[in-house]
Amino acid sequence: MKARIHITLKNGVLDPQGKAVGHALASLGFGGVEEVRQGKYIELDLTETDRAKARETVDRMCRTLLANTVIENYEIDLG
Amino acid sequence: MKAAVIVFPASNCDRDVAVSIERTSGVKPLMVWHRETTLPDDLDLVVVPGGFSYGDYLRSGAMAAHSPIMREVKSRSERGLPVLGICNGFQILTEAGMLPGVLMRNARLRFICRDVYLRVETHDSLFTDRYETGETVRIPIAHHDGNYFADDATLKEIEDNRQVAFRYCDEEGEVRPEVNPNGSRANIAGVFNRDRTVLGMMPHPERLAEDILGGADGKPLFLSLVEALS
Repeated sequence: MKARIHITLKNGVLDPQGKAVGHALASLGFGGVEEVRQGKYIELDLTETDRAKARETVDRMCRTLLANTVIENYEIDLG
Repeated sequence: MKAAVIVFPASNCDRDVAVSIERTSGVKPLMVWHRETTLPDDLDLVVVPGGFSYGDYLRSGAMAAHSPIMREVKSRSERGLPVLGICNGFQILTEAGMLPGVLMRNARLRFICRDVYLRVETHDSLFTDRYETGETVRIPIAHHDGNYFADDATLKEIEDNRQVAFRYCDEEGEVRPEVNPNGSRANIAGVFNRDRTVLGMMPHPERLAEDILGGADGKPLFLSLVEALS
């Protein structure tokens, strides 16, 4: 089973890298971008076949290591 | 004072801080590799040094925070063993949950390597006793991820408990947004845990701890520790 994890900065946490990317897009002539927020995408190949168990384990992985919940949110997709 | 310096793959300030400790305490610190799982019983201090442990993979300090030796550092610190984290060490201590907040990418995205002025917020700790409260000191920073962030509730708690050790200021000691090098909230350069037995700081006191290095404002920090822990 694959777990796809999106890690994003929480609302209210400044994202200077996203801002710089936004400026770069504007200077390349791409208009209409109001805000850029940069995050991380992590893909895991799991041996677990039980979806509930897999979700529980991946959630623990996120809280322990993959995300820093002081500043980041995470979303898990199993497929 | 018997100190241990933790060494991770890509630590690079471990030997500098060992020199500062030896020159002030007269005792060579123990260098402890990250794969170790125990620390000696009669230890007085643990130093988590600067560097780029594990290549800053995932987030600065995130991998090191979960290395075998950090489990021991954390459990001993919970029983009162003093811990000092400098630069990457500060990042590791926040990632390990031993200090509040987190160190994010510098607001202007640049690696900054230069001397800064710091206001010592309190002399009332085993790390800062040899400074005066409100004193201005000059100590270098060298980091890419030194932008201290804590949410409003945590920040209030830190301020209410007087856990801020150092703030970025100007030469006269005034804490102003213009002299904040990295975007840190409330110009915070160093914080204590609640009991003030753990200190994390982005500036490098070991880099200006001898006149021959161009300044000695970092030395009182080590002298404070030696006095308190010997």
